[in-house]
Amino acid sequence: MSILEIIGGVLLVIGSSFLFLGGLGIYRMPDTYNRLQAGTKATTLGGMSLVLGVGFLEPAWIWKALIIIIFIAYSNPISSHALARANYRRGHYPFIKSKDKENMDAYQEVVPHTKNKEDKL
Amino acid sequence: MQSLTLNQKLGRFIVNWVFLFLVWLMFTSTLFWQEVLVGAVLSMLISLASIRLFTCCTLSIFNPVKIFWMVWYFFVFLKLLVVANLDVARRVISPSLPINPGIVKFKTKLTTNYSKMVLANSITLTPGTLSVDVIGDTFYIHWIDVETTDPEEAFKIIAEPFEKVLLKIF
Repeated sequence: MSILEIIGGVLLVIGSSFLFLGGLGIYRMPDTYNRLQAGTKATTLGGMSLVLGVGFLEPAWIWKALIIIIFIAYSNPISSHALARANYRRGHYPFIKSKDKENMDAYQEVVPHTKNKEDKL
Repeated sequence: MQSLTLNQKLGRFIVNWVFLFLVWLMFTSTLFWQEVLVGAVLSMLISLASIRLFTCCTLSIFNPVKIFWMVWYFFVFLKLLVVANLDVARRVISPSLPINPGIVKFKTKLTTNYSKMVLANSITLTPGTLSVDVIGDTFYIHWIDVETTDPEEAFKIIAEPFEKVLLKIF
């Protein structure tokens, strides 16, 4: 086993465990925004290190892997921003745990709440 | 859309050409001259056609000082990305689910659209924050564990490490 294969294998394991944690986060979190938080971060680093691991295992693909990593870093946060914004404007307001419910949601000055309550999923 | 001077057009054209050509080289990953020639011609045509669309930066982006700060930004970003993932992992695994979510806002000093986009994307990938919307110079951020609702302090905690580097680049 060469050193490149060992690095590639380690990166694959790290990537898949972060992806697993992202999936677990989507299952456990209470509302869309928190699910997006868990999903976006974990899938970004998980996907990046998976692709980089593949690049190490197959050295001819390393440049393509780097391009894919750059595209993941650009597109992942944009998609989660679009989902969160559309979700808010559609009337699904964030779940707020603390007592001070008015001040915890600054975005309602842009999109006033039309429903009474935050509706949990 | 604002009208551009010839200098700006030329600068954007050259920057887009160089970046598209680099992407071509990485995708084909060969230096065989026929491939390189086709790539150069194609990326020139695309960057000519898209001068008004790709408005990221002008020729000043090739300034060595700016390139240094870009590399620096990359490392700041990478560090915070790893921290963010460990943070999410900690929250997801712990049985009590330690979250206190809410949406906070703050104002940025950045002016160009492109730099605001980079800042919003970076905020999404750093610990516990997700950018919901950017209106003018105001950012609305969903925070998984709200420490303060005051815009100034929120800015200091969330955006300051990125913004001071971005101000040097753009």
